[in-house]
Order: sequence, then C-alpha cells, then structure tokens
Amino acid sequence: MDKNNLSETFFADDDRVDGLAKVTGKAKFTAEFKPAGLTHAVFVCSTIAKGAIKHMNIYEAKNAPGVIDIIYYLNCPAVPGYKPVDRIANPNARDFTGLKVFHNNMVVSNGQPIALVIADTYERAVHAASLVKVEYIKEKSETDFDKNKFNDKLLKPRPEYVRNQKDAWKNAEVFLEEEYTMPVETHNPMEMHATIAVWEGGKLTVYDKSQGPKNVQGELGRIFAIDEKNVQVITEFVGGAFGSSLRSWPHVHAAVIATKKLNRPVKVTLNREQMFTMVGYRPQCWQKIGIGASKDGKLTGIAHHAVSNTSSYEDFTEGISSVSQYLYDCPNVFTTYKILPLDINTPTWMRGPGPGTGCFALESALDELSYKLNIDPIELRLINNAEVHPQSKLPWTTKFLKECYALGKEKIGWHKRPTTPGSLKEDGMLVGYGMAVGVFGAGRNPATAKGILKNDGTLLLQSAVSDMGPGTSTAMVKIGSEQMGLEEKKVRFELGDTDFPTGPTQGGSGSATAVGSAVIAVCDAIKLSLKEIAIESIAGFKNVKPENIKYEAGKLIAANNVSIHFMDLLKETGKPEVQVSKSSSSFAQRDKYATNSFSVHFVKLHVHPVTGVIKLKHMVSAADAGKIISEKTARSQMVGGAVGGIGMAMTEESLIDHRYGRYINSNFVDYHVPVHADVPPMDIVFPNQPDYIISPTGAKGIGEIALVGVAPAILNAVYNATGKRVRDLPVTPDKLI
Amino acid sequence: MINFEYTRVNSAKAAVAAKSKNVAAQFIAGGTNLVDLMKKGVTAPQRLIDINALPLKDISSDAKGLSIGTLVPNSVAAENKLVLEKYPLLAMALNAGASAQLRNMATVGGNIMQRTRCPYFYDITMPCNKRIPQSGCGAMEGYNRMHAIFGASDKCIAVHPSDMCVALAALNATVVISGTKGEKKIPFANFHRLPGDTPELDNNLQTGELITAVHIPANRFNRSYYLKVRDRLSYAFALVSVAVALEVTDGSIRSASIAMGGVAHKPWRLTEVEKYLIGKSITANVFKEAAEIGMKNAKTYQHNQFKVKMGKSAIVEALTKATS
Ligand SMILES: Cc1cc2nc3c(=O)[nH]c(=O)nc-3n(C[C@H](O)[C@H](O)[C@H](O)COP(=O)(O)OP(=O)(O)OC[C@H]3O[C@@H](n4cnc5c(N)ncnc54)[C@H](O)[C@@H]3O)c2cc1C
Repeated sequence: MDKNNLSETFFADDDRVDGLAKVTGKAKFTAEFKPAGLTHAVFVCSTIAKGAIKHMNIYEAKNAPGVIDIIYYLNCPAVPGYKPVDRIANPNARDFTGLKVFHNNMVVSNGQPIALVIADTYERAVHAASLVKVEYIKEKSETDFDKNKFNDKLLKPRPEYVRNQKDAWKNAEVFLEEEYTMPVETHNPMEMHATIAVWEGGKLTVYDKSQGPKNVQGELGRIFAIDEKNVQVITEFVGGAFGSSLRSWPHVHAAVIATKKLNRPVKVTLNREQMFTMVGYRPQCWQKIGIGASKDGKLTGIAHHAVSNTSSYEDFTEGISSVSQYLYDCPNVFTTYKILPLDINTPTWMRGPGPGTGCFALESALDELSYKLNIDPIELRLINNAEVHPQSKLPWTTKFLKECYALGKEKIGWHKRPTTPGSLKEDGMLVGYGMAVGVFGAGRNPATAKGILKNDGTLLLQSAVSDMGPGTSTAMVKIGSEQMGLEEKKVRFELGDTDFPTGPTQGGSGSATAVGSAVIAVCDAIKLSLKEIAIESIAGFKNVKPENIKYEAGKLIAANNVSIHFMDLLKETGKPEVQVSKSSSSFAQRDKYATNSFSVHFVKLHVHPVTGVIKLKHMVSAADAGKIISEKTARSQMVGGAVGGIGMAMTEESLIDHRYGRYINSNFVDYHVPVHADVPPMDIVFPNQPDYIISPTGAKGIGEIALVGVAPAILNAVYNATGKRVRDLPVTPDKLI
Repeated sequence: MINFEYTRVNSAKAAVAAKSKNVAAQFIAGGTNLVDLMKKGVTAPQRLIDINALPLKDISSDAKGLSIGTLVPNSVAAENKLVLEKYPLLAMALNAGASAQLRNMATVGGNIMQRTRCPYFYDITMPCNKRIPQSGCGAMEGYNRMHAIFGASDKCIAVHPSDMCVALAALNATVVISGTKGEKKIPFANFHRLPGDTPELDNNLQTGELITAVHIPANRFNRSYYLKVRDRLSYAFALVSVAVALEVTDGSIRSASIAMGGVAHKPWRLTEVEKYLIGKSITANVFKEAAEIGMKNAKTYQHNQFKVKMGKSAIVEALTKATS
C-alpha cells in the first residue's frame, strides 16, 4: 500500500502517517491475516482456581463438525524450553517461569487455558470447545488480597530502602499516616490478543499482537529450540496494548505448539473474558504512607509501604513505593515492598507501572498534608522540589517540573480553587479542583535502523519495533524528514517485522528516543556516504574534506559554493540508492545524571451533593517530556493516558468471587472503562524543552507520565469539592453519599 | 453456540403460530440481549423467529393515550414528538439506557423482555436458580452490589435492568399482547414478576405470546423526572433509578406516581409514597419524608447496603428536579 499517496490526498502535516489506513480498515491487525489453509483455534479454560484435572472428556468435542484436533496435557508435544535449563552448559540461561501451557494437569488459576480446540472455522471451534467436559480434583484456592495482605506466611518481602531515619515523619510538627488501596485493573485494549503461527519447511512465521517482535522472536526461538534465523515475527499494527503485549502469553505458545503438531497455520484468538485471565493486569495494591513536615511545609520524613499481588508461579514486582525515594527532596525516607502470591494469573506492566500506583498514594498523602499545613498543594510541592536526585545527588539531565506547575495552574484557573473543601457550588453542584504529579524513568535503549535513500528523492526507514498506538511511525517520519531535509511525504517508516534491523520492545516510553536516535545515526551516515560519493565523482567536490561539505535541504554544498542535490548526485553517478544500517547505543551516563520525565495533572470537577455522581469538567495535563517531536500524537498520548487515569480513579475494578477464584465482571458491560461522557474537555501543555543529554532526538518519553498522577489529581479534586477523602479506588458514587 | 433454525415472519399471527409450535423457539427483535445470551450459552433456542418484518413500528395517539409498536427502536421512541410532548419521562428514561448504538437496535418488546444482568446468571459455570432452577443462587453470598433490596426471595436477588420499564411502570402503561386466543392487555405493574420460588420466570407472558405494543394512558401529570445513578455517566446499568410523575396544581401535589429501577426483580412502584404525597405541598421536608417511606422495607445484602441511602437521596433529588 502506498501510504505516501494516501497522506498526500487526505492528511494535514501533523496527522498520523498510518491514520487513514487505520480508520478505513486498510491496516491489517494480527487476527486479520489469512495464510492459506488457516485453521482456527480457541481455548477451553479452567473453571476452578486451584487443583488438578482428573479427567478431560474430549470425545464429543473431537467428533463435532469441523474439528481438526484438540491439544491438551495428555497429547501435547513436549516443549523443549519448558524443561529446566542446564546451568552448567548454559550459565546465563534462565528457566521459563510463565505458564507452561498444556504441560501438565495442574490448575493454578481460574480461566487458565487447559485445552486448545482447532477447527476449520472459528464458530465450530467455539462450539466444540463448549463440548469438552472436565472433571477436577479441587483444592482450596486463595484469591482474596484484602484478607491476606498482612499474612506473613504468604508475603514475600523485597529489599527495604532506608535513607537516614525510618520513622522521622512521626516526630514532625505536622504529620499523617493513611492507607490507600486499589483493585486489580485489567488490560482491555480495543484489539484483543491474537496469534497466527505458520510452521513450514523448518521455518516459523508468527503474526502476533506484540510490543516487541524481536523479543517474541528470541523467546520462541529459545522455547521451541528453533534457530532465531528461522523465526519471523510480524506485527505491523497493534490496536492498543498498554503493556499487555510486553511478553508472550500462553496463547502465543499454544499457537506454535499447534502449528508444529498439525503442520497447518493456526490462529488463536482470545475473547474479552479470556483477556482477564491471560494477558496480565495491574496488580491489586495496598499502600500505607506516613509523611511529616515542619510547619512551614518542609518535608522531614516519608515512610511508604506497599503490598501488591502476584501469581502462585511467578514473582511480579514493580517500583511502587520507590517513587517516595526521589520525587521530593526529603532527608528521611523508608520504603518497603512485599508481594502476595494468589491463585490467579500473573500480573504485568500496565501503563505507568509502579509510579502509577505509587503516585496515587504519595500524591494523595501530599494533598492531605497540604490541608493540615494550610499550604497550597502546588506551593507545598515547590517547597520540596528536588533540585538534584535526593538519593544519588546527581543532577537531572533536564527537569522542567516547575514550568509544568506554572503552565497547568494558569490553564485550569487554579486561583478559583476553594481553600475550604465543600465550600464552592456551581449550578447546584459541588466544585473541586485538584492536582497531582506524575513521574517515570527516562532513558535510551539500544536500537538499530536501516535507511535507504533513493535517487527518486525518497527515504525508506526500517526497524523491527512495533507501534501499539503512540505513533512511532509518525514520529520517525518526522525525524527522518527533519534530518534529511525532505518533505514528510517523501519519507516512509516500516516496522513490525523481525526481518528489519533490531529495534527495542515498545514499553516504558522509550521508543521515540531509542529508535529516533538510530534514525538520526542512519541519516548522519547517509549524509556522510553522499559526501564521499561527491568527493569521489563530482568535479567541484574533489579534494574537499567531508566536514567542509554542508548538507542542506537535500543539497550538498561545498565551501566554494558548488552544490548538488543528492538526487542528481545519485543519478549522475549511476547509483539507484544509498543504503545504511546504524545502531545507537543505550544511555551511557547513568553515573552522571538522573533521568526522568515529569507531569502535573490538574482537574476541575463537579460532585452531585446528593447522589455522589462525579462529573469531570476540565482537565489539564502539563508534561515535561523533552522535545515534542509530533505535536498531535504527543497530545493524543497525553489524552489517552488521562483517560486511563480516569478509569483508574473512577471506574475500573476487576472483581473476583473468592469462593470460586473467578472474575465476575470479565466483560465490557460490567468492567467499566471510561466512556466519552466521562471525559471532559482537556488541555495538554508541554514546556517542550529538548533533552539532548539523553538522546539526540531531544525527547524523554510521554506514554507513562500521561497516566501517572491523573488518579490522585481526581481524588484530590473530589476532596476539595466534598471534604470526603476517598483512599480506596475507584471512587464510585456510593463512596460519596 | 449450537446450530439453530431461523425463520422470518410477516404477521403477528404467523409469529404466534410459529412460536406456539415450538417451545424451544424464541422471538428475535434487535437481538442486543438475545444474541449475547446465546453466545454465552445462557440460552440455546432451537429456532429464532425474526419479527423485524412485522408491521408494528408505529407510534400513534388518541384521546385514550399513546400506543408504541413493539418494533419501534428505543432511539426513535425517545425522539418522537408525541412522546416528548406528552410523556417526557419516557424519553428521559429511554435516553438513560445503554448507548446510542444499542438504542438504535433495541426494541420496546425486547427491552421489556430483557433478562437480568446478574453476573451469576451470565456465567454458566456459576450456580443460578434463574438459569437452572434449583442450582442455587450465586449472588446471595457472593458479589451483590447491583442486586435487589425489595421483593427478593431466598432463591433470587436479581434485578430487572431496564430503564424504559421504570418509566412505563410509573406511567401506568399496559403491555399489549397477541396470543393464540387473540389479543390481551396486562397492566405494567402485573407484567413482571417477583422471583419467589420460580425465579426462572421473569414475567407473566405465556408461551407463544407476542408483545405487539405498549399503551400509555392519557394522564394529568404535569411534572416528571427520571433520575439514574450509575457508575459512569453513560453505558452503565442503574445503581438505583427513580421515575417520578406528579400532578401539581397551585404548589400542591394532586397525584403522584413513582417507580424505582435497580432495586427489584421488576420496576418497583412506591405506592405508599404516592399515597403520602397526595395533598402535600412541595417542600424539602415532604420529599425527605417521602424518601424515608419509600425505603422503609428495604432489605440489603453484603455489598448493596449503600442502596438504601442512595435510594433516599435519589427519591429526594428526582422529586426536587421534577418540581423545580
Ligand atoms: C452493553 C449493554 C448495555 C445496556 N445498558 C442498558 C441500560 O443502561 N438500560 C437499559 O434499560 N437497557 C440496557 N441494555 C439492554 C437493552 O436495552 C436491551 O438489550 C434491549 O432493549 C433489548 O431489545 P432487543 O430488541 O435487542 O431485544 P432482543 O435481544 O431481540 O430480545 C430480547 C428478548 O426479548 C424477546 N422479545 C423481543 N421482542 C419480543 C416481543 N415483541 N414479544 C415477546 N418477546 C420479545 C426475545 O425473544 C428475547 O428473549 C443494555 C444492553 C447492552 C448489551
């Protein structure tokens, strides 16, 4: 498909290069590929949370129309990578810790895939799956986080952190200690997960909804003992992922097992209910914060404790309480973190993992402290602004947090905020203003890109990354166009195929800096090649040193004002193109700098004084994300993150009936993601200050800080409106009456 | 989902005949509820009788009131001029339901006949007396935040999820039905059932019977309001809802009709409140007292205790909004 032409016809400069393809159905998502002879597979899932399968009767299902095979523990071919690794032969190898699908008859969570029914059509597979009968030997399961969060027999502690005194906050002039809880939040991207695996002639081709095609390639190579060269992973478009596609889940393995067993292409698709039990979620979390300050608002101590859940078979951790170590300047900090194994599937990273949860507690506590101190919440944060990283004492590469306060404060109309909670009304509704800070790590991962500059004046860039939605292609086109002085429509970025040069996994807001740096390196190398060609073959450039040749808007210009456009250069020298691959390394100055992106979120809302219904009226997010490469996609990222934060604050909650260890709202009717009516007008502002220390792109990353801090900003505004402090998410109307 | 037959009928008579012949047949209208239930394995009709071609798509009025054909989409009814003029309460309730896309598909009869949203009813691995009689109630000791506080039984605490029906109950509508023995009418209050010992029966429609229309009688209500309290601002079922229709003259209430949603196995009429309000003037204290009366006999479960307080607030607010 010629995306360049499409963009020429319909698209303004700032639009996504793949926007039209996405909204017209031309973009092909994983489940839409149809390799010849494709078969359709669906899972049978466990209906108990813990125990063993005593007997699985597949007779009726096997004989149902269209059924090709049923794979389960009794007939599943051995998977080489599920065996413990030989550490002597392979000292760096790690055991596979994820769910070993169909590997034995054990049940470790409700909704666990226990059989795969493969049929000629999807509908027939679904029907046959419903005919599989399973008898279990049930064991008592434990899925109740609240009941066990202090259960020392179950909890697994992680290392403590102590800076000076543990309990300094207790001796402060003003202090408080509160608990903050949030439920499981499930990954619910629009596109549900799917994998198509094709095993043919010793080569494995996998179409997969993934945030890291290279990562999937490596993992499948390892697990199935196939040379990586013979594994190709294709992920051109991703319909949202938010962290749910950072690793390969059981359905990816199941698809490969099936195609290898049947020698036919197999497509495994998950339905919405299966998304709740197979592709991870933000873990449930309990936090307690003790925080103290002097009367004039200087923080003297923070103690931040967190417990979050994991599965019985894997330890999943994220940096929850660690935000308190560095977000503010505070001499005494004590943080702990423990994980609680439960009989549910393993959690995973979800947009803003760690700080998303940690900032909910810290930023709520800081707001509570501001009322006790009678100091404006922004002022309190400014008083405690960390000029250097409080632990390492290193300077930040860049930090424009103060600018974010100023920009956002202005836009939301902070001066209208009532200092006494519950004192302002508008149209009969209680009015509240709130704010909170978000933070996330920044940095740069290694990446490789390839560039092909053609004599027709176009530039093709390639890297094996995927784009789950932030607009990676759009940003890379912008960088390529800026570097080479070409119109954007002359630049194309291809991604999502492991045959391209290695790109990083898309996560932690790192794609733009990593891949962007590689693109810049590629463009620099292309320019150098052009100069060398000119020196060698063009009269006016003979004997000129490359550094004395300028490159401007496609033209090479020597000091004597001789110039030639690269198109003419290539044509005259009979070269159809210049092709270069270049890598950029990871950020190497971790010993010199602290690296973070920051955001400040502001909320104005109404609360109905009688029914407790919240109506968000206006939100402003200000983000110190370095240089803004593409204004429109950056704004979209921020808006999307804010919507995720609204869900965290007000609507999202995965519910388990602990008698069965089973989710009871695993669908879009009962699991509430925010809808349009919930989302207010939003303003997004950026200081837009480049960070060239982290990378030549100037960018720091947006995806995570877009969400981190949104939920506490909303909760803080709810308090400002009502005088009710809700510390248990989500804040549904029943909690405000 | 099992294979099923599909037929399309062109008259009410043919629809009734087709359904009477086969107990395992079901009518399909907009399909927004039935198809989901089939996909979930909650119901497995052998035959679907598609009634969409029936000539039951009119809204008409005469001196006695307004008739809405069963196949009028919820969105069309909500925007109809006659409805907006004479029964704004119904329009409000319709617009509070589901989403724009669903309202375009949802029909009057389908909305009346929609099944409960109790999660234990929807998940076929769970016990549910409504789905499988005598299998137990998952909600009673389980997660019951959305469940009934009035009229429940020890067999079932599910609620009827409709918004439209709450308004129709308050407006004293009747359900117009075609059966093998001809046409009959059931007042709204007697249409849906309480669960009792037979929670598998949602209502009193008999096998083979087809809803052809609802009829709303002319009335003297000059104040009305539909208040729905829900977890998000659109596309969520009611935690509680209140439909208020009042006849007010010279600042005093002549007659009142109030129904609640999200609290019982059927739209719940607050008859005692209605009696109390007659002759009362419009004051905050009167509304407060009305709310107390309305919630008097509520019985709550582990997770839905908030509904009592929320119910009271909602009654006060709906009365206030209706009269301001
Ligand atoms: C996500 C979601 C959210 C929703 N939210 C709300 C909400 O907030 N408020 C609300 O009120 N509703 C809500 N609904 C329910 C929606 O209103 C119903 O699904 C809809 O009204 C059903 O109408 P239908 O024509 O599609 O019925 P169908 O699905 O076609 O039929 C439903 C049932 O009615 C029977 N039936 C249909 N017509 C007749 C007839 N003429 N005579 C006899 N039986 C008949 C069918 O046999 C079937 O059993 C929601 C639904 C969904 C899916």
